[in-house]
Amino acid sequence: MADTIQLEIVTPERLVVQDTVAEVQIPGKNGYLGILPGHAPLITELSVGEISYGVNGFTHYLAVAWGFAEVLPTKVTILAETAERSEEIDVERARRAKEKAEQMLHSSDPNTDFDRALEALKHAEVRLDVAAKRGVVAGA
Amino acid sequence: MAGILDIRRRIRSVRNTRQITRAMKMISAARLRRAQERALSARPYAQMLTNVLKSLVMRAEVYDPETGEPRHPLLAQREEKTILLIVVTGDKGLAGAFNANILKAAMRFIQAKEGKNIDIEAVGRKARDFFRRRFPVAPVEQPEITEAAEEPLTPAPRAENRSGAVQIVGEHVGILGRLEFAQGKALGQSIIERYTRCEIDAVYVLYNEFKSVVSQRVVVDEILPTAQIGASAVLQAEEMAEQEKLRMAEAAQSAGVSISEADTKAIDERAAAFAAAPVDYIYEQPPQELFRSMLPRYVELRVFHTLLESVAAEHAARMTAMDAATNNASEMIDALTLAMNRVRQAKITKEIIEIVSGAAAL
Repeated sequence: MADTIQLEIVTPERLVVQDTVAEVQIPGKNGYLGILPGHAPLITELSVGEISYGVNGFTHYLAVAWGFAEVLPTKVTILAETAERSEEIDVERARRAKEKAEQMLHSSDPNTDFDRALEALKHAEVRLDVAAKRGVVAGA
Repeated sequence: MAGILDIRRRIRSVRNTRQITRAMKMISAARLRRAQERALSARPYAQMLTNVLKSLVMRAEVYDPETGEPRHPLLAQREEKTILLIVVTGDKGLAGAFNANILKAAMRFIQAKEGKNIDIEAVGRKARDFFRRRFPVAPVEQPEITEAAEEPLTPAPRAENRSGAVQIVGEHVGILGRLEFAQGKALGQSIIERYTRCEIDAVYVLYNEFKSVVSQRVVVDEILPTAQIGASAVLQAEEMAEQEKLRMAEAAQSAGVSISEADTKAIDERAAAFAAAPVDYIYEQPPQELFRSMLPRYVELRVFHTLLESVAAEHAARMTAMDAATNNASEMIDALTLAMNRVRQAKITKEIIEIVSGAAAL
């Protein structure tokens, strides 16, 4: 059996990642999934969260908002609405987005869309988390 | 007859104009290339999403097996009483007949649908200016304000206080220059909301479809209700005239833009394999749930795509127009140079005659 997985991450704007990896972790809607080569075929929706994958002992991180993934024994394809590598994340912007979402959650305006604000908050937090993991070596 | 100096001055002025139009042409060509690339890199996602939805339609029983009624509000077919028409033009002019063609098609569409209520969503400054001069703006601004208070799925009472049978409900100016998926998504979301609240019964997009430089047409595409996933429901289409196609190709060639459709076979094949492997997938979520969350994304994506294509088409049109303008300027310079030489020749001849006749008189 093959001991690597072909990983592809696609967004509406571009192909973000195309790589051969040893393992992938994806934020499934019902919880995180760790995928190793030889996984059973699976289709899942993704929630807001981080994707991490290991290549040659390095772990790479990405922040994703909604998407879904197809898992095959030797291939993982992820369609994400947004996917940003940790080094691409604009920390300043993420922080501002977080503040804005928090403000919306605490406002007394009856028209606030709480679901959307919560999702925005979560997305901003994930982006900050992922940005903080920039260049971390796995196991270190 | 104008003097040599006057003609020389005009030549200089035309030459300056030519310089500007040539620069504009090159800029448009560069932007067109970028827009084409973007449209291309958006393809895999679209293709994959379509695939998954197609395979889900079979498993998720989106149609009630007994009555054949669709279970998803975005699939619901209703009698067309109120139509939302999204018209996509450019923000800027100087693009030949690009904007005019779209607006003409829009007026034809509105006439064809006479007797029904039409809401217009104008994308691009040209569309906004055009419709503002003809139709009233909807009385209730910003439908989002009332959104949270209402139950999303119960049909809201239709707004009876329309400004007219045809009214403008939304304007989007300045989003085309730096187009991002978020913008397509926002527009998509707003139409989905209105559709599920039964405020509108159908959504059409009128835009300039762009497959390649020589394959373009102004189309009306039905976005909602989603009749069949993966197929576009084109209602009204106008192909480019053969002559125009030739000019487009000429302009593209001189600007170094490829005129053929980019080779997407490899991408398409890979994308086509997505979620179509002959295996039994484990579905982490029930197919129905997956379907429900995916269909709106599909609609949003289609809106985004129309915007992408329209941007590419606009740049192509501007490039062609500027190429034509540059050629015209060159012709004009030639004609003026000829006229100038003729005047100079006439002047010299006249002088010689004067000298000769003066000598003869001695």
